[in-house]
Amino acid sequence: MRRFHISRLIMLVAVVAACSKKPPPAPPPAPAPAPTVNQDSIDAARRAAEAAATRAREAAAAAAAAAAAEASRMEAARADARRKLDAAVYFDYDMDEIRADQAATLDAKVPVLNANADIRLRISGHTDERGSDEYNIALGQRRAAAVRRYLVARGVSEARMEVESFGEQRPAMQGMDESAWSRNRRAEFTLTAGGNPIRVP
Amino acid sequence: MIAGSFTRGQPRGLDDGRAVAVRSYSAALTSFWLVCVLWGLRPSVLPAQDPVASGVRIGLTYDRSGKPGVALTPVVGANADSVRLILGRDLDFSDRLTVIAPDSGDAPVGGLNYVLYARMNAVAVVQAAVTPSGGLHVSVHDVAGKRVISVIDVPLPEPALSPDWRHAVHVVSDSIELAVLGQRGISSSRVMFVRGNEIWSVDADGEGLRVVPGTVDGLSPAWSAAGNMIAYNTLPGAGGPSKIVVRDVLTGRSWSTRAAATNMNPAFSPDGGQLVFAAGTDGFDLYSVAPFTSDEPKRLTARKGSLNSSPTFSPDGRKIAYTSGILGHPEVYIVDADGSNADLLTSSGFGDQLYRSNPSWSPDGRLVAFQSRINGKFQLFTISVRDKSARQLTSEGENEDPSWAADGRHLVFVSTRTGTKQLWVMDMESSRARQLTHGGKVQNPAWSPRLDFSRQY
Repeated sequence: MRRFHISRLIMLVAVVAACSKKPPPAPPPAPAPAPTVNQDSIDAARRAAEAAATRAREAAAAAAAAAAAEASRMEAARADARRKLDAAVYFDYDMDEIRADQAATLDAKVPVLNANADIRLRISGHTDERGSDEYNIALGQRRAAAVRRYLVARGVSEARMEVESFGEQRPAMQGMDESAWSRNRRAEFTLTAGGNPIRVP
Repeated sequence: MIAGSFTRGQPRGLDDGRAVAVRSYSAALTSFWLVCVLWGLRPSVLPAQDPVASGVRIGLTYDRSGKPGVALTPVVGANADSVRLILGRDLDFSDRLTVIAPDSGDAPVGGLNYVLYARMNAVAVVQAAVTPSGGLHVSVHDVAGKRVISVIDVPLPEPALSPDWRHAVHVVSDSIELAVLGQRGISSSRVMFVRGNEIWSVDADGEGLRVVPGTVDGLSPAWSAAGNMIAYNTLPGAGGPSKIVVRDVLTGRSWSTRAAATNMNPAFSPDGGQLVFAAGTDGFDLYSVAPFTSDEPKRLTARKGSLNSSPTFSPDGRKIAYTSGILGHPEVYIVDADGSNADLLTSSGFGDQLYRSNPSWSPDGRLVAFQSRINGKFQLFTISVRDKSARQLTSEGENEDPSWAADGRHLVFVSTRTGTKQLWVMDMESSRARQLTHGGKVQNPAWSPRLDFSRQY
């Protein structure tokens, strides 16, 4: 029993060795005129298919990369639009006029709002801690209302913007000096509806 | 000084709401003084009294400093020390009496040695006892007349030292003042204020501090003149825009405005029937509404964009003082209660910093207290409604948000004189000031009327 098995194994090894010794033919530049069934043509077809698949994979990867880059660009653009919507504006002491250096911040919101008719905004007015805290609620409200008037004048529907005031009750920065006060005299913006996802103008 | 004050040297530990033993001048000094009295001598440390009367007669009625002396003899019965501490402090905080607290005294009932009390400069003697049945029994003696002029008996609610128990003792203090001076005290009143994002209240003596439940994001609290209702406004939040909330103190029933605009700064009319508040989305006007019965506020002022706010009624209910920015900066105005005849009250004489606000009309109707910015800081003033003459009340730190006590001579306000914004009480007559709150910063004090019921707030 053992001898028989060993002889069969030797024969099998010999056959395999004989086959592997055949030199691989060069791939034909053109497909064979007739689909003759032989090992060479099978290999060639396989290699061609593999090459095509690789090319397709590479193309797909490139496309995906391009799409990802585009998505990333869009994402960045959306984030930028969102930042523009969210950006607070700041006020001078005891004033509710829109400061010249703050107008650009508000102007940048307009195209975003125009491109996203579904967006609703809440504008919250705040003051610094100086002044009467009761009067400061009124002052904060006027700041929010001044911002809304500015945006309405640039074509944004008033109905899309609600205004409210926290006076001095919710400071953005703690402190009892101008550096804190100047950050606290502000109007903040909150999306209350729409913008999901935000459309880039 | 023989007439030892209760407040001087008051240990800070009293702030925990637990009354402790009465502090009075030392037994040694008392004994020395009593010996002197017995010998008909007067130690040189005593304040000069009427020089003509000195050594000639006894039975002095009023000392020349203007604050009559009241002797508060040791109290007997349960929690006697706490009762005596509260009574003594209340009488002292009236700023109308000099409290004399002898370490020993006559029995709580029976005859008094009036001669002795006259020598102590007492015009009245207060004897108090907690009865076995839990009542507080007080006799007020007129030293000059050598007789009892008032007997006060009140039940003390259980448990002892609770807020209601303390309130009952405060009511007795006010009755003692009525007996001695003919005018009721303000110890039974409380002050509401804002700390953190809630409304708190504290007894007039600084004890009994507690949160008014359910007032998160509440601001600008106000009492009705009868003390049966409170009102405040909320900040915008989950509950919608800023609105006015009114609560019936006894039933807990509440009512609120439903405006889409910001509603703030409620003030009750003296009869409690109307509530005036400021409302707007851009400019602010004053509105009037009947809480619990009407949902249709009526606009009183019509100055669009002028930030009319912080209304306060005259005690006769005919006029309203308020802050307005109609001139481009805040000033205090007076308008008829129907919104007509607005007139600038703070018209001149307050320096170059254009900011006058937060009026509070005095209970006697003569004065309006307000804040004015001087050298960049707010200070308190009063102004006469009749002739617009003004008086500056404060100069230490920054002082804001005055609110009158029912006696018309004390103001509670926010001061930074110790660093953080705390409540202080000032006596208009003597300018004596005492700190009412400690701890986190506060705003928007509102002094209640005298409260004669068991209070939730």
